[in-house]
Amino acid sequence: MRGDAVTPARRGRALLVASAVLAASLAVGLVAGAAGISPRAIALALLDRLPLVSLHSGLAPVEEGLLFQLRVPRVLLAAVVGGLLATAGAGYQGVFRNPLADPYLLGAAAGAGLTVTLVVVFLGGDAGVTAVPVAAFAGAVGGVFLAYALGHTAGRGGGTATLVLAGVAVTSFLTAIQTFVQQLKVEELQRIYAWILGDVGGGWDQVRMIAPYAVVSTVVMLLHGRLLDVLSVGDEEAVSLGLHAARVRFAVLLAASLATAAAVAVSGLIAFVGIVVPHVVRRLAGWSYRIVLPLSFLGGAAFLVLADTIARTVLAPAELPIGVVTAFVGAPFFVTVLRVTRRVET
Amino acid sequence: MSGDGHPAIEARGVGVTLGGRRVLTDVTLSAARGRWLAVIGPNGAGKSTLLRAVAGLVPREGEVLVDGTAVDDLRPRRRARLIAYAPQSPALPPDMKVYDYALLGRTPYIPYLGSESPRDREVTRSVLERLDLDGFASRPLGHLSGGERQRVVLARALVQQAPVLLLDEPTTALDLGHQQQVLELVDRLRLADGLTVVTTLHDLSLAGQYADELVLLAAGRAVAAGPPERVLAEPLLTEHFGASVRVEPGPDGRPLVHLVRPLTSRMTPVEGT
Repeated sequence: MRGDAVTPARRGRALLVASAVLAASLAVGLVAGAAGISPRAIALALLDRLPLVSLHSGLAPVEEGLLFQLRVPRVLLAAVVGGLLATAGAGYQGVFRNPLADPYLLGAAAGAGLTVTLVVVFLGGDAGVTAVPVAAFAGAVGGVFLAYALGHTAGRGGGTATLVLAGVAVTSFLTAIQTFVQQLKVEELQRIYAWILGDVGGGWDQVRMIAPYAVVSTVVMLLHGRLLDVLSVGDEEAVSLGLHAARVRFAVLLAASLATAAAVAVSGLIAFVGIVVPHVVRRLAGWSYRIVLPLSFLGGAAFLVLADTIARTVLAPAELPIGVVTAFVGAPFFVTVLRVTRRVET
Repeated sequence: MSGDGHPAIEARGVGVTLGGRRVLTDVTLSAARGRWLAVIGPNGAGKSTLLRAVAGLVPREGEVLVDGTAVDDLRPRRRARLIAYAPQSPALPPDMKVYDYALLGRTPYIPYLGSESPRDREVTRSVLERLDLDGFASRPLGHLSGGERQRVVLARALVQQAPVLLLDEPTTALDLGHQQQVLELVDRLRLADGLTVVTTLHDLSLAGQYADELVLLAAGRAVAAGPPERVLAEPLLTEHFGASVRVEPGPDGRPLVHLVRPLTSRMTPVEGT
């Protein structure tokens, strides 16, 4: 009988295609750039780093430094941040059963925006720069926690609508404070906006910083794919099927918020990835979260690597903020996918 | 009656308060194995709430026992293997495929973070075949007609392989022919598998035709219970539904309920006597 939308074979095929797309975008991200290092040399230099392999890439020490200290960590960071934001978006959409849910829904962005503004304005200078990721992480977690606490006390049983409304309230409130603080020190405005528009040029330090959170949150979300499918028939029916709906929701919410906070900490607020990527994946690969979650990770990673490549090459040597690229490229792409797949369906 | 003398499903002293409003008070019902119990009553009497309370979906007072075991002592997964529940308006994600929807019925058998076994797939396939849904397996739920939808919901409940089936208004929004088809199907499955069926039914004649026993709810209390001939009595129905009805035995001896226009409103000039 046909119709097993989530057979291992079909999932395997989809993952293979998405992995190939990601690999191709990583390659593009590594090759594209100002220094003009040849793809062959890059491939050889990368292979040389593998254990038991010894090859001569013919790269000058400067080029090798540029490749391994700047470009590789940058491409990796873009991939991880994109993967986290897209997976978190898919997770939130599943938990709230709402296609418009995104990683910043529950006050994560506003919380991070406020703490980063505070750090930039009141710490200033170099101390401010090193404290930004920590502040962003704390702010994002704090914003989500506030929304969750508010939603829980306001609505008995913590219904999803109450939680979303709480997120909206927390967002406006924190944004108001942020705007107020900002106006106290208008001269810092540019630095604050530069952070808000996003950047993945943080280097190995930030790759290392984000790694543990990325692994834990992604694994937790991926493990909950089937349970999010069950949740898609609503809490009451899910409970009648023996599922502890509140527990599943809490676990995914926690993991998605952790992923968001980690991404925000190293990259600022990159819009659009968390909402566009899962929807494109759904259009192409079906409704099941068992496919949507892993494909969102791979697709989000590929998307952000390419967006960052565009951001640092179109106006080279100047750089565009990556958030501008994700919106500028992402929006038309999204609309195209919506149109094309609708034509196929009918 | 099952072997050890316990009813397949029994609810004692069920009370429910929702949002500060008393919805059910001290309702008791019981059905032996393989029997069909229908809950009837006027709108707002608490029929759906009673089913949800028995299924453990709303906080309640009182006890619910399946084959003598109190379900409150069971973990949700264990309970879901004993009681399957299909709501009046089930959530049917439009893109989900029929097969995957039916497979959700295996949830209580799949480990929390695990995935379905070949046996889960096998059970799902055989239920779809049994309900003539195998041709629909890969169709999205959004592309089904009302009758097909109801069969798919029934399939999910059967895939759960619970001995007790709670169906909330299984014929809602179906035309006459499909109402009959769905209820005949439920009856066939009940007889074949020895399932105990508890439904709410707003159509009194249908309730009388299919159920072995009826419980009449009014304002949150069970005001009558017993075989259809006893519960579908004109004075009871007039009192609790505020309707003017005539009850007469059908060809199989089961009562049929007809609405009769009250005499006072018949005084039209055309028909004037």
